[in-house]
Amino acid sequence: MKFELTEDQVAFGEAITDLMRASDSVAVARAWASGDTAPGVALWKRLADLGLTALVVPEDEGGLGGTLVDLVVAFEVLGRELAVGPWIESAALAPQLEGEMVTAAAAPLAPYAADAQVARLLSGVAGASHPSIDTTRSLTEVTGADAFDVAALDRAVLACAAQLVGAGERVLADSVTYVKQRKQFGREIGSYQAIKHQLADVRIALDFARPLVLGAALGEIPVSAAKVYASDAAYLAARTGLQVHGAIGYTAEFDLSLWLNRIRALVTAWGTPAYHRGRVLETLTGVAG
Amino acid sequence: MNLDLTPEELAFQAEVRAWLEANVPAEPLPSMDTAEGWALHQEWEAKLAAERLSVVSWPREVGGREASLVEWVIFEEEYYRAGAPGRVSQNGIFLLAPIIFDHGTPEQQARFLPSMATGEKIWAQAWSEPEAGSDLASLRSTAVRDDARGGWVLNGQKTWSSRATFAHWGFGLFRSDPTSEKHAGLTYYLFPLDAEGITVRPIAQLDGEAGFAEIFFDDVFVPDADVLGAVGAGWNVAMSTAGNERGLSLRSPGRFCAAADRLLELWKDRGADAPQVRDAVVDAWIGAQAYRLFTWGTVTRLADGGEMGAAGSVNKVFWSELDIAIHEAGLDLLGADAELLDTPWMDGYVFSLSGPIYAGTNEIQRNIVAERILGLPREPKGPAGKETAK
Ligand SMILES: Cc1cc2nc3c(=O)[nH]c(=O)nc-3n(C[C@H](O)[C@H](O)[C@H](O)COP(=O)(O)OP(=O)(O)OC[C@H]3O[C@@H](n4cnc5c(N)ncnc54)[C@H](O)[C@@H]3O)c2cc1C
Repeated sequence: MKFELTEDQVAFGEAITDLMRASDSVAVARAWASGDTAPGVALWKRLADLGLTALVVPEDEGGLGGTLVDLVVAFEVLGRELAVGPWIESAALAPQLEGEMVTAAAAPLAPYAADAQVARLLSGVAGASHPSIDTTRSLTEVTGADAFDVAALDRAVLACAAQLVGAGERVLADSVTYVKQRKQFGREIGSYQAIKHQLADVRIALDFARPLVLGAALGEIPVSAAKVYASDAAYLAARTGLQVHGAIGYTAEFDLSLWLNRIRALVTAWGTPAYHRGRVLETLTGVAG
Repeated sequence: MNLDLTPEELAFQAEVRAWLEANVPAEPLPSMDTAEGWALHQEWEAKLAAERLSVVSWPREVGGREASLVEWVIFEEEYYRAGAPGRVSQNGIFLLAPIIFDHGTPEQQARFLPSMATGEKIWAQAWSEPEAGSDLASLRSTAVRDDARGGWVLNGQKTWSSRATFAHWGFGLFRSDPTSEKHAGLTYYLFPLDAEGITVRPIAQLDGEAGFAEIFFDDVFVPDADVLGAVGAGWNVAMSTAGNERGLSLRSPGRFCAAADRLLELWKDRGADAPQVRDAVVDAWIGAQAYRLFTWGTVTRLADGGEMGAAGSVNKVFWSELDIAIHEAGLDLLGADAELLDTPWMDGYVFSLSGPIYAGTNEIQRNIVAERILGLPREPKGPAGKETAK
């Protein structure tokens, strides 16, 4: 029994973090949102060179032979650093040995294909595209898509949950920094209990979300349970983060907005909370939720 | 990273499970807050102790079997899964004993621990006072030196002391230096609750039972041998128990996992009549699993020599709210039957309601999380108008 990341896993996460920060992943995301995908594609390539898309491909097939825990480590960072592009599709749903950017629709969990404007659609015919509240995501209708097996779908759901935890952590960290420095009524707003207690609740929610996601990676609990809780925790982080920032948090220009909108999108992506709650209950009781 | 148990741990689990299956009373015992229930709970403790299962993590000399932290969590999981009786000895074995191990003299360890392990002597925590709740350090009960008799004389009043109605001994903090303020000048004392000068007055709780009591001290003599830790160091000595209470030991995940499993059973029975309760049922189960997995992370950290620290406050808020959520979901499933006392759900619910209050209120825990973990500015303290935000 050793329920903590190994040194290698921690180092792997740090390597991804370093690379993304050095590449100014936030500027990359903003460019991507405005239609300039070139910096995003370049960063994708660098991350793919680390082996991200081949992480869970077995070694004898030329992949890194990583575990689902490794996948969680990577996706938490991708969420925290605001990665753009179809990572869930290319690294979790249908891992790509050669680092290719691919996308797919997988109804009912993911009825649209993300980022089909740059990624290769794995199956089916692309239809109309729709903008998302997350300006870094574009969603495309697909007809005639092939189905995925449960293991592939579960990997995607797990990756999405891990990304939510990472995004939630980022919002919390930025919010804590902000409330320590913003002053009203002659004091840091972070000294007021109404602010402190809300942020404490976010800390608590995220502290319990991570073990669930890791536990799901180890097969201890259904991935749906991790997705439900990670969504709730990240969403709490987003709501609270916005509130403690006041009006500045409500602007598109302030970077916080990128994570707020990412979280809102991921809460219902790869299965809504209602869908996953039903699935948990069905797994546990055999009765359809 | 893995959650695998060793062959020894699995053997321990199997042994505990088998013993509990064979020995847990078929019918729940009457409430431990009644005279009859109290005696039966004490008998149960003796039975556990005979098997060295009452305090598995303690050394063998004092009734344990030197179980590791992992084994302790396993034990708790099995214990609650089996529906075994509540632990009448809990405040002694979980809150006081760790302090006696750390700060007690060998003589105190030999005198107090074995009878605590067998449940022969039940201990009550006497910290809170009418004017000292969350701000415990403002306590006013006094201890005055009596050199002639070689000890101390206690005066004052403690309150909300769980199980003091029937308990045998108490442990509490008193101001031993009248010139001191706040955290300084407090000393930790142990005293028999039938000592001369002590009056225990039971207090009926929300459910009408005398689950806690007031304790009045009128010139109660305590010999030096019953001072725990150094004179004047009571605050630091006491705070090592506060960590236990908020952190791992008082509320293990087994308790909530078992309750969540019972909730799923109830859902199978009643869910068709109350489909709108579905989300609450699922969330309760997920919450219990979150607590279980989080605890394995804590156990890993502690086993590697880490400390609980302020993380105990994260824990405390979570389990206390989880406990209420599980029971609320149960009551919602029961519909109009919820208010009836013939299922365990209402009883468990009423008990759960006190969780956010005892062991340091959840507001105080959130302050701790915000200040010590997130690094936000400290609370202003002191009388209004004379605030010191240091
Ligand atoms: C079932 C039960 C069993 C108990 N058993 C024991 C026992 O065995 N031994 C024992 O010694 N005590 C026991 N207690 C007492 C318990 O420790 C106290 O109730 C607790 O410390 C709170 O103190 P209080 O009740 O005086 O509330 P107060 O401290 O008066 O608090 C009232 C409210 O004000 C809030 N508040 C106080 N200060 C602040 C602040 N700085 N910021 C924000 N909010 C604040 C609190 O959070 C709470 O909501 C028990 C209590 C219960 C309910």
